[in-house]
Amino acid sequence: MNLSDLQAKLLRVARANPPDAAVPYAFEKRIMARIASPRPESAWALWGVSLWRGAVACMAVTLLCAFWAYSSAQRQTESAANFSQSLEATVFASMDQPVEDSW
Amino acid sequence: MLSIAPAACAPLELSAARPQIGAMEPSDAELIAAVLAGDSSRFEPLVVKYQPRIFATARRYARRESEVEDIVQEVFLKAFQKLSSFRGDAPFEHWLMRLAVRTCFDFLRAHQRNREATFSELTEPETDWLERFGAAPDACPDDADAARQLVGRVLFELSAPARMVITLLEIEERSVKEIAELTGWSAPLVKVRAFRARAQMRKILAKMAKDKYV
Repeated sequence: MNLSDLQAKLLRVARANPPDAAVPYAFEKRIMARIASPRPESAWALWGVSLWRGAVACMAVTLLCAFWAYSSAQRQTESAANFSQSLEATVFASMDQPVEDSW
Repeated sequence: MLSIAPAACAPLELSAARPQIGAMEPSDAELIAAVLAGDSSRFEPLVVKYQPRIFATARRYARRESEVEDIVQEVFLKAFQKLSSFRGDAPFEHWLMRLAVRTCFDFLRAHQRNREATFSELTEPETDWLERFGAAPDACPDDADAARQLVGRVLFELSAPARMVITLLEIEERSVKEIAELTGWSAPLVKVRAFRARAQMRKILAKMAKDKYV
């Protein structure tokens, strides 16, 4: 049996026999009733929505923390600079003072 | 001599018999605008107008009538929910068909079964048709029930993408460009899937012929 011919023949059969376009009675009423009534949310859909809301909230918290950390780092840098200057001044203060002949 | 005189006629009742001039059916654009403005009831004429086409499409991919109804319902519910995304640059029917094809594809993927079924379950008429085809291919009728059932069996065994592309390309005889628009696949992907689908179909037919020793 020639499979290519069989394939072509079966496809011809499918083309020659299109499916029925019959519609069940009052099907449009069913659609409109579904549209009109609030659909019960599936558990997975609710879970997905909750996850997205949680993700947005987490992103906001992350941004705030990042801003806080950045501003803290800026302040620490400034205070570190002040601290190092103070330390240097303290350490070298003794050198700056004139040596007294105290012995 | 006969005198032909007009028979006395009752005056025509115009109000009920003749349709009112001016009460033309609203266009799809008007109905869509009304739905988007908040009047959901104006979606019903759209459903009535297009549901035969959507049912015919769904029946290409689902066997059970309950599944067909579920698919069609899903299509129209999605259409209602996504109606605001309809831009109007193409006819509403094209947009709806795109939605229908993609919903059918989702259905095929969700219902993909183990396709290792053997063809030993072929009925006697199907076997007879195959044997007649083997003996005289041209003599086999195209409209035989057995042939239609065989086509259904073979299509059922195909993978979801293969079945979709075979149905759209070979059976509905759409162009590659149309299939790409309907499915959202690129044109090269359509061609690759078509090539693979034909090979898959031949493999299924070979297995069928081998199982029946035809």
